[in-house]
Amino acid sequence: MTTDAELPGPEAEAPTGAAPFQQYDEPVAFQDLVGQTHAAAELNPDAEAVLSVDNLRMYFPIKTALMRRTVGHVQAVDGVSFEVPKGGSLGLVGESGCGKSTTGQLITRLYKPTGGSMLFEGADLATMSEGTLKPLRREIQMIFQDPYSSLNPRHTVGAIVGAPLRIHNVVPKNKVLSRVQELLEVVGLNPEHYNRYPNEFSGGQRQRIGIARALALQPKLMVADEPVSALDVSIQAQVINLLQDLQKEFGIAFLFIAHDLAVVRHFCPEVAVMYLGKIVEIGDRASIYSNAHHPYTQALLSAVPDIKQAATGGRRERIRLTGDVPSPIDPPSGCRFRTRCPIAQEICTRHEPPLLQIGKRHKVACHFPGRLGAHPREPITARLLGVDTTGAPDPGASPATDLRQQPGYADTWFDLDAKSIGRA
Amino acid sequence: MFSFLVKRVLAGSLIVVMVSILVYALFWYGPKSPALELCRRDTNNRCTDAKLVDYEQKLGYDNPIYSEYGKWAKGLVSERKIEFGTTEYVCAAPCLGLSYRDRSQVTEQLKDRFPVTLSLALGASTLYLLIGVSTGVLAARRRGTLADKVLVASTLVFSSLPYYLVALLSFLLLTLSTSAFPEVQYVSFFDNPASWFSGLLLVWLVMGLYGATAYTRYSRGAMVEALSEDYVRTAKAKGLRSRTVVFKHGLRSALVPVVTIFGLDVAFLLSGTVFTEAIFDLEGIGKWGVEATYIKDLPVVQATSLILAVSVVVMNVIVDIVYSVLDPRVRLS
Amino acid sequence: MTSVEGNEPYLKVTDLTVRFPTADGLVQAVTDLSYGVDLGKTLGIVGESGSGKSVSSMAVLGLHDRRSAQIDGSIVVGGTEVVGLSEDKMRSLRGNSVAMIFQDALAALHPFYKIGKQLSEAYLVHHKGATKREARARAIEMLDRVGIPQPDRRVDNYPHQFSGGMRQRAMIAMGLINNPSLLIADEPTTALDVTVQAQILDLLQDLQREFNSAVIIITHDLGVVAEMADDVLVMYGGRAVEYGPCKDILTHPEMPYTWGLLSSVPDVSADTNARMIPIPGNPPSLLAPPTGCAFHPRCVHASKVQGDLCRTTLPELLPGVRGENHLKRCHLANPDAIYEAEVLPEIAPEIMEGGLR
Repeated sequence: MTTDAELPGPEAEAPTGAAPFQQYDEPVAFQDLVGQTHAAAELNPDAEAVLSVDNLRMYFPIKTALMRRTVGHVQAVDGVSFEVPKGGSLGLVGESGCGKSTTGQLITRLYKPTGGSMLFEGADLATMSEGTLKPLRREIQMIFQDPYSSLNPRHTVGAIVGAPLRIHNVVPKNKVLSRVQELLEVVGLNPEHYNRYPNEFSGGQRQRIGIARALALQPKLMVADEPVSALDVSIQAQVINLLQDLQKEFGIAFLFIAHDLAVVRHFCPEVAVMYLGKIVEIGDRASIYSNAHHPYTQALLSAVPDIKQAATGGRRERIRLTGDVPSPIDPPSGCRFRTRCPIAQEICTRHEPPLLQIGKRHKVACHFPGRLGAHPREPITARLLGVDTTGAPDPGASPATDLRQQPGYADTWFDLDAKSIGRA
Repeated sequence: MFSFLVKRVLAGSLIVVMVSILVYALFWYGPKSPALELCRRDTNNRCTDAKLVDYEQKLGYDNPIYSEYGKWAKGLVSERKIEFGTTEYVCAAPCLGLSYRDRSQVTEQLKDRFPVTLSLALGASTLYLLIGVSTGVLAARRRGTLADKVLVASTLVFSSLPYYLVALLSFLLLTLSTSAFPEVQYVSFFDNPASWFSGLLLVWLVMGLYGATAYTRYSRGAMVEALSEDYVRTAKAKGLRSRTVVFKHGLRSALVPVVTIFGLDVAFLLSGTVFTEAIFDLEGIGKWGVEATYIKDLPVVQATSLILAVSVVVMNVIVDIVYSVLDPRVRLS
Repeated sequence: MTSVEGNEPYLKVTDLTVRFPTADGLVQAVTDLSYGVDLGKTLGIVGESGSGKSVSSMAVLGLHDRRSAQIDGSIVVGGTEVVGLSEDKMRSLRGNSVAMIFQDALAALHPFYKIGKQLSEAYLVHHKGATKREARARAIEMLDRVGIPQPDRRVDNYPHQFSGGMRQRAMIAMGLINNPSLLIADEPTTALDVTVQAQILDLLQDLQREFNSAVIIITHDLGVVAEMADDVLVMYGGRAVEYGPCKDILTHPEMPYTWGLLSSVPDVSADTNARMIPIPGNPPSLLAPPTGCAFHPRCVHASKVQGDLCRTTLPELLPGVRGENHLKRCHLANPDAIYEAEVLPEIAPEIMEGGLR
């Protein structure tokens, strides 16, 4: 394990005030520290899916104050499909309000989805009753963003980490403590600290406690909702490396929800980009970060400040998005991104672009998909949808029938150069 | 805003109606007959069963509850004739019935007594706010200093003394033995505003100072919180005077929680201030209602309960309006 | 530094120390901090929570509680010594020649007052002769300048009716309403989404060019610094640990803490073999700071220094190997060589392949 850096060495100094249990090691050598870290996670293309989400929807009703009459819906998640491979990671990125956190909460069934399915090892989480769900809850755990509010301040660390063990009765009562200590050690905390309270730990250490709690039931899937964004920069890397350790050691799959594109890129070999409740582009790391075909993905990437770029002089030209994200109560017709899109045309107001597979592991939902500066002039989707280039019905065209969006990737895909379905 | 008010008033009226039904039902189905007390009193504790039945008949307890409640409710809008033994009383609308004790008309009594309670409540609550909030703000601005500690400690000491003791001592010391204050009396404001003021001054001060201690602590807490808000720091960073920062930016937010408690306090003051009325010998509705409860004088209890219910409802609506004036985020479309 | 010899920078901070008494003892939040910012230039102050980066900047505006904060040293703003200045004189500087914008605009704007009212209040307090109508016109003009659509209508909105990005724009408009010569932006984009952050950073740069003001941008995000700053000041445990031109610090950092910051954050365009190398341990306590170099308990390069100098002796902030302008507080004799030989290959393998510039 890579946890030595945090465990107090034999000559650890006495507690120093503000964070009473912050103890210093004899400094590790740099090369040892490097040995405890990981390069970016790699994709295993043959892994089966542990979770397969198909056309998932969540509409929150808006009710009037007095009569509780439903006057509309917040379309928080609207037809999202993806797969999380066994022991792998899928990143879910997007700006606030895009529905990425709601998606995570649906998978842990904090809400019951409005529609769609979520197949977890063959069982559909979306329609299951609370009773049949309980054993499955062990298999899917969540790590939260805020390490301050997600731990009960009146419970000891031992009680917090041990609670899932007791609730699900996985170890005999007299073994709970030793298991808790094991878990604390795994996440790099001093196992003797089980009887301390959360406020006695720093932010990074609290996040480790949250991870130990999630780990207690040996889940197959972890939903990590912004697990590092509340932490100091130097601590973020500690937690990411810890999650990579755990993934390697226990084969846990991650749905990794974050707004930090660089962290997601490091942790997830596959990434889905969400905008206003829909996935606009999904693919492996190279497809998204080096070969993005959706103007929103391109805008997001160009907005991330790039240290190296700036350090070596000048900065990259940015795609400036104007305006604000529209309301998910009344989303724009057709393509939801069209109101802020630099390349939108008439067809975009009329038709929603299908999430079209354009590469081995790359799907994009745009009428004009292309690399930055090389978007096609004519909508490539017109023929598939059976319409002319403005989106008006075209009596001569026959719409493609197999545009249904499936969670995984097909063996054949739409070839952008030949403008037809085929194998590359 | 208007439709919101209409809704609140409708909901409030519903609450008032429910309270009046509840009070009626309590009397009707309560363990002891309301007629018993009256019968015992009139017969020097020799109330026989036959006499009790007679009394119950006189008071209408042999009729079904809904018909009696109906009569009572109808009296609110139209004149009502009440037979009591051989005498028939005419009770003009809005009629709240006759007191069992002295056959007096409850409505007339209320007209005499409510202004007393209203005067007490208005004066006292004004002082709650003036004294309580100003000392609270002072303490919050000097948080941690000696002045703050002395203020907070003295409010604690003062409010841990029983109220009746404070009231009785001030009555005895300040008017009876030293005459430092004018004699306590109630004179209608419309008859003589000056005597109205001087007659109630001591009572107001006693009630106001005592009640203000709680407001010192509420508003100190709310103010300390408000002053630590980011927007107060922004106000300072703009270069505003400290006074502007504290009162315009801090106090306005700090008032929101204080107003909530204040609304409820005023409602309870309006339903009677029993100790105050008893000690200073003022004929308000508090003492009246308590005495009526002892002898199960239904019409009077019903009337005082209604005052409380209406006060709570009205004060809640006022609090909501004040909220929406203070905080635009709750402004109702 | 960027200041010309003999020409004092607009803001000059010298040996600034800020202490707060607390229930647990005296907290020394900032120690012997010195820096300068010229008009038209941007200084980025980088550090983690508790590094003293915000505390030092709030001292420039005299925002600390006069009764408790103990401030020593000198802060000269446009020729005026600010430390020990009377409250009245300080007030006439605040929001006028020195303005500050804060992190969370939703919390930093008063929820009960209209945007326009909050802006014109800032204008009126420093323009005694101005009428309310003039102040309102000025507020609308500023909202327009920061890119808020329909400013004449939006001026009557409350903060909660604005989106996050628009609130931060309004906050900037309020900061700039009196044409300040020095603008301090405390984490101005931390609460915002990346595309909005990009808009706000662009806006700040445009405005700086237009008004030629000195800007301090306080952040924990090296990416923001890389895009915005001319100079960078890295703070740790209340002290400056590295200070110099932005480009030089980001390409040739000479202090292991700065290395740690750079290696902790991945880059969207990095090689996939690059690692996220954390800084072990936790930030120090300001109540009982470590002896010697405050960073030594977390430093993974301390073994390269002779004896236990790092533990016993506080290194001075001195010029490193790359010239007089680049100061560092570290005992390492050849930090640039160590960085190139050890750190860079791990965090940016692709640079090594192409050879170092």
